[in-house]
Amino acid sequence: MSYAARLALPVALLAIWQIVTSIGWVEPFLMPSPLRVAETLYQLIASGQLLRHVGASFLRVSQGFSIAATTAFAIGLAMAVFPPVTRLADLLIQVLKPIPPIAWIPLAILWFGIGEQAKVFIIVLGAFFPILVSTVEALRQVDRRFVELARVLEVGRGDFVRKILIPSALPQIMTGLRLGFAYSWMCVVAAELIAASKGLGYLIMDGRELSQVDLVLAGMLTLGVVGKLSDDGLRVVERRLIRWRTTFAGY
Amino acid sequence: MSAPVDLRHVSKSFLGPGGIDTTVLTDVSLAVPSGGVTCIIGASGCGKSTLLRIIGGLERDYSGEASVGGRPIVGAGLDRGLVFQDHRLVPWMTVADNVAFALHRLSPTERRARVEAQLDLVGLTTSADAYPDQLSGGMAQRVALARALSHDPQVLLLDEPFGALDALTRLRMQDEVLRLRAARNVTMIVVTHDIEEAIYLGDQVVVLSDRPGRVVARMEVELPRPRDRADPVFVALRREIHHRFFTHH
Repeated sequence: MSYAARLALPVALLAIWQIVTSIGWVEPFLMPSPLRVAETLYQLIASGQLLRHVGASFLRVSQGFSIAATTAFAIGLAMAVFPPVTRLADLLIQVLKPIPPIAWIPLAILWFGIGEQAKVFIIVLGAFFPILVSTVEALRQVDRRFVELARVLEVGRGDFVRKILIPSALPQIMTGLRLGFAYSWMCVVAAELIAASKGLGYLIMDGRELSQVDLVLAGMLTLGVVGKLSDDGLRVVERRLIRWRTTFAGY
Repeated sequence: MSAPVDLRHVSKSFLGPGGIDTTVLTDVSLAVPSGGVTCIIGASGCGKSTLLRIIGGLERDYSGEASVGGRPIVGAGLDRGLVFQDHRLVPWMTVADNVAFALHRLSPTERRARVEAQLDLVGLTTSADAYPDQLSGGMAQRVALARALSHDPQVLLLDEPFGALDALTRLRMQDEVLRLRAARNVTMIVVTHDIEEAIYLGDQVVVLSDRPGRVVARMEVELPRPRDRADPVFVALRREIHHRFFTHH
């Protein structure tokens, strides 16, 4: 699809938003015009404020996501390869999984204070379960025909895991990683809304406390853009790793 | 010397739904002579693939005795090469890596040399870096043959290897298999439901009955190679097998 077609809907929405606010249908303190938001965004960028907030959030997200991704992958792999590990861990995982990461915030503050650790902890919790679940599911769905092939060729366990099990699960694991990354962003904002002195969540909360809705909207828009760009980044990684697969592109 | 593959009174049942046993093979005895091609034919569901999977070590819990090279079969192993009906190439490995997958016991240098030799044997050197998706059905099955022969098995087992190919490719692949047999002097067992294919390939043709499969005939094919499908003896043999075993009165 051409760029023009992709931009049509967002541009139309912006235009409607601008018209509705300029003719005074909505109060500016409830919904400022897009131009006002753009101006605020520009000031935030020019002063270096925005970069500082994005950088703070991004650092927390990368730390939390990396910890979650490595531990979830390792535990998921252990569960798939050694069935006793699943029997041991399954019930615990099933009970912990439905607890929303936000519900952990009081405990996190109690344990780690309001510093960086508490926020990273919340992100780890948020990203861990979607990555673990998709990893385990993906590894379990390995094509039996290739398991049989490995047996016929007397392939050892290490080779089997590296050359059959993980590559076969990789597309679905990547989907889990992208989901986990999106959750990381949700969690960082939730954590920053409650206690922080920088970060996009803080920026949004600050805007609310100052009754500056343009600041709130600028923060939200930035979150959307940063989230999209990081997902694009992961897609590039995914395509590199899964060159052999052709994606379904519509019917 | 013991036969490369020796089956004595082999029977096999599967536990079906509701705990009911279904017998797929009864009392199959079969000695496969060294170096020859043995073709096993039968209608679908007669257990011929199960028989091959028993020899390949993929089906356990059968009764009777089964041995390869004089040793009882306890599991799958590299002394047997297996070609499945689907080419079963691993989609995320290149052609070369697919062949190399069978050669984990060789050093990296030996492995590279062997992969090259195997691809040369089936005429696919130029496709070494291609992924299986990029190959035609016949090419993919040739890679599967190259892989199954790469570890120098005593016996090559082929389970309806050309069933998924078009008629012309199928004829070419039959000649390819015979050429590889001559080049490697390997004992082959081919399972097929195609009488003509069995006579064209086999030194020995074994006919299995409908389920539960048992051996109803074993015949030597003494036609000279390359065989002519229009040869009167060929045609007569084909007709005889068809009338005796595959026509329902």
